[in-house]
Amino acid sequence: MSTDHEHSPYYKVLAWLTFLTIAEIIWAMAGFSRGMLIGGLAIMAAIKVVLVALYYMHLKYEGKVLWGVILFPCLLVVIMICGFLPDAFHYW
Amino acid sequence: METSAPAIEKPGPLNFTWGKMAMWLFLGSDMMGFMGLITLYMVLRISAGDWQLPGDPCFGIPLTGFMTFILIMSSVTMVTALSRIQKGNVKGLLFWLGLTILGGATFLSLQVYEWSHLIHLGLSAKKSNYAATFFMLTGFHGLHVTIGVIYLSCVWIRAKQGAYSMASHSTVELVGLFWHFVDLVWIVLFTILYLIPDSVQ
Repeated sequence: MSTDHEHSPYYKVLAWLTFLTIAEIIWAMAGFSRGMLIGGLAIMAAIKVVLVALYYMHLKYEGKVLWGVILFPCLLVVIMICGFLPDAFHYW
Repeated sequence: METSAPAIEKPGPLNFTWGKMAMWLFLGSDMMGFMGLITLYMVLRISAGDWQLPGDPCFGIPLTGFMTFILIMSSVTMVTALSRIQKGNVKGLLFWLGLTILGGATFLSLQVYEWSHLIHLGLSAKKSNYAATFFMLTGFHGLHVTIGVIYLSCVWIRAKQGAYSMASHSTVELVGLFWHFVDLVWIVLFTILYLIPDSVQ
């Protein structure tokens, strides 16, 4: 349960988010190959999403029931993406 | 205007308030909506021969990078506002919540500028999927930002009326969850819409 998160590293997370945003922009302009570009951007975006969810949305301090509520739609989204993307790559 | 004394909120048997559970359920369903649109975008883009048609303008990274920074900053001001009311500091809550509203309004203003600039350059949802998906995704997100700014403003007014205290501030936490979700979605949209250029298809 979230109560007072006085010791939450809000400003440290801000520094990381800013750093990753700048790194993403530089990465996008660096002229990497397709795999490197998309892979690198996906990893950096995923880290940013996890940082916001864990520290700003306080998921780090929540119990298992709430985690279950959040992970269930995430699972449905993964199933949906896995269902649709093969069709897209078929026409690639 | 009449204000009622803040009631002390007790967590439910599973150690969280039902309001928080409801907000997370809403965010889960909203995330599925967004991911449906993002999946549609990915399928169209991957399977398209020419994604960006001749005459379609490119999206600007410097402006949207700045917009991303503003949204990230507004997330920090939001958590700071929550931290202030958790200590019973209503003035601090009003100040940081006000900054969050300002950040959201600035983001919206820049999005209006970006849209009008792109439309002026000839970007039209009727012409290509490139334009249609851009307007659909950024428009749906912009709608969320607009609702977030209105929601934050309502909470600010209630805070001004003395509705929140150290013992009772779950509404501030709930609006914060919504606002961080809007930030989180933008992180994904910024990456897939702006940072992956057409040439890497």
